[in-house]
Amino acid sequence: MSTHPTLSQLDRYATGAPALDEPSVWAIEVHLEDCADCRARLAGSTTGDSRAVIERVAMNLAREIAASPAPDARTRPWSVLRHRWLVGTLSPWLAMTVAVLACAALLSGMRTGLPSLVLLIAPLAPLPGVAVAWHRRADPAWELVAATPAAGLTTLLRRTAAVLAFVIPALALVGAGTGVSLALTLLPCLAFTVATLLLGTLVGVHRAAIGLILTWVFVVVAPSLATARIPMFLQPESAGIWALTTVVLTVTAIFRVNGFRRLSRHG
Amino acid sequence: MMRALSTAETAPTTHPWVIHAQGLQVRAGRHLAVNGLDLTLNTGVHGLLGPNGAGKTTLMRALATVVAPSGGRLTLLGQSVDGRADLRPVRRALGYLPQHFGFYPRFTVREFVAYMAWLKEMPKARIPAAVQRSIDRVGLTAKADARLKTLSGGMLRRAGIAQAIVNDPQVLLLDEPTVGLDPEQRLDFRELLRDLGTDSCVLVSTHLVEDVAAACTDVVLVNEGRLVWQGTTEVLIAQGDQSHAGDSAAERGYSAILRRHRAEAAR
Repeated sequence: MSTHPTLSQLDRYATGAPALDEPSVWAIEVHLEDCADCRARLAGSTTGDSRAVIERVAMNLAREIAASPAPDARTRPWSVLRHRWLVGTLSPWLAMTVAVLACAALLSGMRTGLPSLVLLIAPLAPLPGVAVAWHRRADPAWELVAATPAAGLTTLLRRTAAVLAFVIPALALVGAGTGVSLALTLLPCLAFTVATLLLGTLVGVHRAAIGLILTWVFVVVAPSLATARIPMFLQPESAGIWALTTVVLTVTAIFRVNGFRRLSRHG
Repeated sequence: MMRALSTAETAPTTHPWVIHAQGLQVRAGRHLAVNGLDLTLNTGVHGLLGPNGAGKTTLMRALATVVAPSGGRLTLLGQSVDGRADLRPVRRALGYLPQHFGFYPRFTVREFVAYMAWLKEMPKARIPAAVQRSIDRVGLTAKADARLKTLSGGMLRRAGIAQAIVNDPQVLLLDEPTVGLDPEQRLDFRELLRDLGTDSCVLVSTHLVEDVAAACTDVVLVNEGRLVWQGTTEVLIAQGDQSHAGDSAAERGYSAILRRHRAEAAR
């Protein structure tokens, strides 16, 4: 710390005497910022004029503070979570997903002749949410978000994580209720999410999700309902294959992370 | 209020221009809305003028990195944004108010601005104070905790300006910021613009010539996707005389330059 200024220097500083050159004023000011003792000594040297100015400033400040509404210091973790991660645009899609799952569970409960609908549509459950996670027309504030560093990949992954955090417990609940294998509902669900992201680097996430949904519905769901049989790859013994597929797809996605950069430009 | 400066802010700049476009081409749909535009801008408030369909909004979107240029070179803060570069560092220093911006109607003004600050990757500890400051600066203090859907058009516009300036951007792009503001608010806004222009590069797109004359140091005139004229406001005013259309000196200067440009183009 610099040496304390003498009392006469402080006096001259307080009166604003021109005898004090500019470098000395700077030196005293820098010292005063750090030294409470010298600030106290300065208070004793102030002139009547400067005391009047300080009083007026304090009064005006107090009046302005009293007039303006108090700043909001509360941080509510729940509202932060709700606003940041589950941005409004996702909730209708998540509600739809839950409604469809509930219907599937009800139908499976009523018509035992049918193959488990929950098992058949489980892989598709997160895809509507992932499709709208980063899409120009699905997000009202897209134009605003698109100019921020979080645009593209970051927002897509955040919202996909939010969708999964919501869909996985829902699937687990519905699956447990209807008595289907937990692994066979959750693993295909994860595999399809990663596949959507991976395919999204080539054709866009929105198109990838729609393509996968249509393919699965026509190739797997429709024939299974027609023949009333669960296809072989949704039988309990194929859980290992789904686990392997998920891991392989995830690793591929990590290696293709540069392909995702394109997303930060296009919606 | 004093704000601590980070080393990034005090680092010497190594780029001659904040915004530098050479032969810039940007598409709006199939149409080439910006066609071979050359533009260099530095710190200050620049007014972007031009007739309807001149490519102002498309140019703003390209500068905000929302659309990628289809040709030419564009450099922001010394970093090229036309290649496959990582846009995050540039976007952190960017503020953008789109012409039409969507928003989440259930957010309050404070939540909306804080969400945008979070997306702009501001340090967490600085967000609440920065949000309060930007809301104060646009004069929305009394409405800080009102939901966006309850605000009038002019208030929404000001909330949009607040989210644009929350991160103290080095490049601030405002597309039609004065639409819906009443005369008194327009005066306050011009004051804010002058304040912002002292240490950042502000580009204001507008069709109100008097706003430019009052608040901008510099005028950029575009027509049909090209730069027509660039100069100080005083020189713009000096271009016109009583024979040109317009109610103010700046309007007459604007129409004089535009008429001269059209006559040259017709030859």
